[in-house]
Amino acid sequence: MADKVLMKGNEAIAEAAIAAGCRHFFGYPITPQTEVAAYMSKRMPKIGGVYLQAESEVASINMVLGAGAAGVRVMTSTSSPGISLMSEGISYIAGSDVPCLIVNVERGGPGLGGIQPSQSDYFQATKATGHGDFHMLVFAPSTVQETVDLISDAFDLGDKYRMPTMILSDGLLGQMMEPVVLPEPKDPTDNKDWAAKGHQGKRPHNVVNSLYIDPKELEDLNFKRFEKYKQIMETEQRAEEYLVDDADIIIVAFGASSRISHSAVDMARKQGIKAGLIRPITLWPFPEKFIKKHVGHAKAFLSVEMNMGQMVEDVKMVVANQKPVHFYGRTGGIVPTPKEVFEQIVKINGGDC
Amino acid sequence: MLGRPGKRQVIELPKVNVDNERCKGCEMCVIACPKEILALDHTITNSKGYHPAHITDESKCIGCGSCTIMCPDCAIKVEVE
Amino acid sequence: MSKVMGERPKALLDVPLHYCPGCTHGIVHRLVAEVIDELGIEGKTVGIASVGCSVFTYNYFGCDMVQAPHGRAPAVATGVKRARPDNVVFTYQGDGDLAAIGMGETVHAAARGENIVAIFINNAIYGMTGGQMAPTTLPGQVTQTTPYGRDTSVAGNPIRVCELLSSVKGVALAQRVTVDSVKNVKAAKKAIKKAFEYQMAGKGYCIIEVVSTCPTNWGMSPADALQWLRDNMLPYYPLGVYKDVGEEGEQ
Repeated sequence: MADKVLMKGNEAIAEAAIAAGCRHFFGYPITPQTEVAAYMSKRMPKIGGVYLQAESEVASINMVLGAGAAGVRVMTSTSSPGISLMSEGISYIAGSDVPCLIVNVERGGPGLGGIQPSQSDYFQATKATGHGDFHMLVFAPSTVQETVDLISDAFDLGDKYRMPTMILSDGLLGQMMEPVVLPEPKDPTDNKDWAAKGHQGKRPHNVVNSLYIDPKELEDLNFKRFEKYKQIMETEQRAEEYLVDDADIIIVAFGASSRISHSAVDMARKQGIKAGLIRPITLWPFPEKFIKKHVGHAKAFLSVEMNMGQMVEDVKMVVANQKPVHFYGRTGGIVPTPKEVFEQIVKINGGDC
Repeated sequence: MLGRPGKRQVIELPKVNVDNERCKGCEMCVIACPKEILALDHTITNSKGYHPAHITDESKCIGCGSCTIMCPDCAIKVEVE
Repeated sequence: MSKVMGERPKALLDVPLHYCPGCTHGIVHRLVAEVIDELGIEGKTVGIASVGCSVFTYNYFGCDMVQAPHGRAPAVATGVKRARPDNVVFTYQGDGDLAAIGMGETVHAAARGENIVAIFINNAIYGMTGGQMAPTTLPGQVTQTTPYGRDTSVAGNPIRVCELLSSVKGVALAQRVTVDSVKNVKAAKKAIKKAFEYQMAGKGYCIIEVVSTCPTNWGMSPADALQWLRDNMLPYYPLGVYKDVGEEGEQ
């Protein structure tokens, strides 16, 4: 199906999941992603899928655990405070090696925060989703089309590696309307032989579990899981590079911030400043390869985020003191303008131009 | 010997068998037995440190199976004809 | 033609149970497994293990099992059942899991008429963590966290789960049973079987509340615990059917 359709971000999330063969959605309303649930509530019954509004995000993520454990493609969608509620459930999902998709349409925080977009859940998504040693595959789209493409990849990679995956979106991306080409729809498959779906008397029982009382057993499991993560870190890093090869000042920005930074890079180049942009597409695994490649020739890095400084710590770690790493952020739901980011570039470049 | 008057019939007594390793000496069977013929055998200590139950007088067993119904560990079996 | 009583049911795996001597968990596990055997459904059953003394049920039941976080078994069960409606899904939960941390999930699964069976072990105490107050701890009952006896003006009142859920449309069967005697064990098994049959008939949420003992944390022998149950628990938690949509479906 090569037709372009104008779609709102949140609705595209739902359509992309359905096209990927997902027929199970469990969620709870929260601004600014409620449209995902509302859209799913209309679409799922029409295609023989399951839409269930749970009583809370806690219940939603546990329904996701159940359906995922039973071997089907399943997703939920929420916004920042909802992810906090899902923290325990996600830890169990990761600890039970169950695949699923979690969409976080970020809003201002902490606490009840605000309903305007933010990127202040970066730490939560990449380092602190829940208790214990584990990771999710985290994708940060910057357009509605990319959201659609990454959802498909998230389901495939989640199944391949048996782990939870996250699309880290924000209120801007969720609400904006852009032309989208939806992928060829895939039918749901039922081929997970590890799942708890009834043994039919043909095999020993499957147990989907995260409790391992024996320390050695638990350690070995963690070691094994991290071997898998190591492989993912080597093979699944993704980023987009824009005018970086000869750049002096390299911006690192994801999602909505990257679009603003893209414009700022153009403004800087017009003024003769060699600026460039590395746009992480996977936040975990963090695309260090892309940054390391350019540390040699870059004069400075600038992390632009809609938070108080989260991804900048990862940029600093990768750059490892070889070059200065600056940070520019707006938060609370305020979106930086290209002009503000351009002014930062100028400042780093040593003055006015 | 049980049977109709005037006729001699051989009917097997119920056989009671305790899995000494699974039994935890909880005495639920002892309390349940209507004939009060189960007790802990203090001459045996299993690997977990429990004294398992045993039948004190098999000839009095009526094969009701109450002990098997109250046992939490599937540790006692009663075989009847 | 001989018959052997006391055989371990097939749906109960041949492993030693870790429960304390005289703990009624063992009896209830056996009853659930016997029902699964008799209905011939082990191959399509998925059990949801909860958190408490019974956290290891995934080691004991022969059907496929999923371990849920504390209190969330009804939600996990919902996920499994909605994904695979032809499977038979049951949860096995204690009083903390079902009625404290999991009360929200319990009530909402019930209200949705979720076609699952909840086996609810009510022994008025938190066993696994060493004997703290449970939502069903009786007024005046001494526990680790109510050392002077439960004072309802401070610690609140015990919750009667069957009564509570009987008011919820979506509940097909809410029955309270116990396992303190041969007669009551047989009645409990009948109730459990009915619950599974109701699920297979699509009638809705079924809860079988089993008034149980915790000899270790009650500080008494298994025999005395059974008597304490009769003297104290049953008057507060009367046995009986609190809701049964019967053969005709929901009225």
